[in-house]
Amino acid sequence: MTTAAAGEISDLGVRLAPIIERHRGKQGVAIPLLADVQKEMGYVEREAVEYVGRQLSIPPAELFGVATFYAMFRFQPQGKYVVRLCRGTACHVQGSARLLEHIERAFDVHDGETTKDLMFTVQCVACLGCCSLAPVMMVNDEVYGRLTPEKAVHVLEELK
Amino acid sequence: MSRTTVTIGLASCGVAGGALPVAQELEKLLAGREDVEIRKVGCIGYCYMEPLVAVVRDGKTWTYGRVDVDTLHRIIDGHVDNDIVLQDHLILTDNVEGGGGSESARGEKQVRIVLRNSGLIDPKNIDEYIARDGYRGLLKAVRGVPPESNSGMTRDAVIREVLDSGLRGRGGAGFPTGMKWRFARDAKGEAPNAKNPGGTDKYMVCNADEGDPGAFMDRSVLESDPHSVIEGMAIGAYAVGASHGVIYCRAEYPMAIEHVNIALAQARERGFLGEKILGDEDFSFDIYVKEGAGAFVCGEETALIASIEGERGMPRPRPPFPANSGIWKKPTNINNVETWANVPWILTHGAAAFNAYGHGRSRGTKVFAIAGRIKKGGLAEVPMGMPLREVIYDIAGGIENDRKFKAVQLGGPSGGCVPESLLDTPVDYESINATGAIMGSGGMVVMDEDTCVVDVARFFLNFVQKESCGKCPFCRIGTRRMLEILEKITQGQGVLEDLDNLLSLADQIRDGSLCGLGQTAPNPVLTTLKHFREEYVAHIVDKKCPAKVCAPLIHYVIDGTKCVGCTRCARECPVKAISGEVKKPHHIDDEICVRCGLCKKTCPVSCISVD
Repeated sequence: MTTAAAGEISDLGVRLAPIIERHRGKQGVAIPLLADVQKEMGYVEREAVEYVGRQLSIPPAELFGVATFYAMFRFQPQGKYVVRLCRGTACHVQGSARLLEHIERAFDVHDGETTKDLMFTVQCVACLGCCSLAPVMMVNDEVYGRLTPEKAVHVLEELK
Repeated sequence: MSRTTVTIGLASCGVAGGALPVAQELEKLLAGREDVEIRKVGCIGYCYMEPLVAVVRDGKTWTYGRVDVDTLHRIIDGHVDNDIVLQDHLILTDNVEGGGGSESARGEKQVRIVLRNSGLIDPKNIDEYIARDGYRGLLKAVRGVPPESNSGMTRDAVIREVLDSGLRGRGGAGFPTGMKWRFARDAKGEAPNAKNPGGTDKYMVCNADEGDPGAFMDRSVLESDPHSVIEGMAIGAYAVGASHGVIYCRAEYPMAIEHVNIALAQARERGFLGEKILGDEDFSFDIYVKEGAGAFVCGEETALIASIEGERGMPRPRPPFPANSGIWKKPTNINNVETWANVPWILTHGAAAFNAYGHGRSRGTKVFAIAGRIKKGGLAEVPMGMPLREVIYDIAGGIENDRKFKAVQLGGPSGGCVPESLLDTPVDYESINATGAIMGSGGMVVMDEDTCVVDVARFFLNFVQKESCGKCPFCRIGTRRMLEILEKITQGQGVLEDLDNLLSLADQIRDGSLCGLGQTAPNPVLTTLKHFREEYVAHIVDKKCPAKVCAPLIHYVIDGTKCVGCTRCARECPVKAISGEVKKPHHIDDEICVRCGLCKKTCPVSCISVD
């Protein structure tokens, strides 16, 4: 038991070492630090945050305080594709609520959740800034516009 | 035949409109040809016509809209190789401000200062920016541009120029930019030198946390013309005596961040940023990009500063103002993207040229992001003072499918809905404020008779309630209570007394909140209640949603006399709410129906209606 736990921590230590070095001794690093942890671990993992906090003498509570404030931080593993569905005003007026309903039904997933096969994480976001092509969604870094519920589901099915 | 350039718009909106496959095909088609050059440009603001391709030859430009791969082949075969212009897809000739083509009227109404380069230059190529007078404003300020002048301007002269231009903050509040700079200039920083007895340890910030849903001009400018913002910030830094710059950009804009970082590296390489800029011993300034992490409130100055410092983005009381105590307690000046992009133009063309446009105390132009139920959504830059009606009907082509106009939402969650009766309001800060809405960052979401204003008010309350940082109880709890009331009303459970409660909550939230988010959060409810009270009453008293949007108040019904019993709707229905035998009229079970509308869309004889 003891050796296994020690082994895990050192694995974590190896993965997080470059991140810790990058931010050591600088002020105001909480957001980029957490972003790096999320990039490395796939999400803001509790053990990893506690570990970097100890190494950099930042109380984990402070880091979690920042992480829970901002929408970009996730506390669960996410899917291969992050589907950011725009729920901005223009998209709302053009029926983005319907898009969400259809995606939820087609993939058995709700806003903020990840599908069981870890393919898609569905996230509603405020505005992607492509309002004239509403409704839109962004799959990883790619934007899809002029969608209909059917088209949105089709785009995701093609990725599968 | 002279050398030809084919441009393709590849900003986020172009990509969303399907430009990537067209760009790939373009590269394939022109591979190995030396007589034709491809230029990947940003956005000219004609989003409804994406993807956009233009042919530039002999100093003339022909812009084509809705270009798919087949159309592209026709453009290359026809126009590029044989000089035959494709009339059916031609939207503009000459330039974006007019000429011929189907969309030239939209161009002629505009004055492009902020968008002067957008969609015309390759944003990743500093030489194309410089070729269009780029960095001339900075040069004029620091060194002077011979033969016009052989010496630079004093820092006070730069501030005076911006003051005289009448430029006001384009992020929403409309505070005079020059005055803001003067405060920061007068503030005491550290590391003073001969030219800056006030010290240079000051910060210049670009607020690119464009959070208002419905506004996208800042994204477009950063993606399409990042150097205009960088140059503006450098001029501001020179005037104020700042040595640090930060562009705070939201993470939802990956392309903007990429383009800005490329532009920053190029500007450094050319000596427009860094140590001793343009040879001035006392002028050193550099900029870095700080990515936002997804919090609307961070568009507020003091919250933005907290976020840059790595804290939770919560506002604090002012004073002290950022000009005296901002990032790391250093004097800090914050302007938004559009404001910065105006600055180089003002320096290059002079305050008077800028001041020549405008209305009342609002000078220059304003970029509007037009979206919603509109024929021609996109970006348009118009002189201040143009009536809203002209923007909506002449530039944006009027309402989609010629439906009836209901309202236009201005200013995002802090703004309000302007009804038909006020459509002749000129777009300037004061006139728009008088309607109860605000200019805000310039988001314009147009609504027609199929949009429910109560639902829209609920949508905004849901937004601000989620985005409230939680510091002030009135904003944190009050918006929640308002949202609950609106949900009750849209579900048909409302009582008339709710309307009074909404008004009284609105007063308290406005008075009891520290920052703009809370103070303006009730605006969407207040303006819709003022102008569309009868729709609220219809929801409450008649239990009807006149626009047929609020699901619990509408019912899908099959007309038994028209239904042919094809069973298509029953098969499509995701919740199996439709029953009936083949070739006999079907029936929808209202209890099970989720109002998704699929049946109505599928029905081949259009016998399903919404009651």
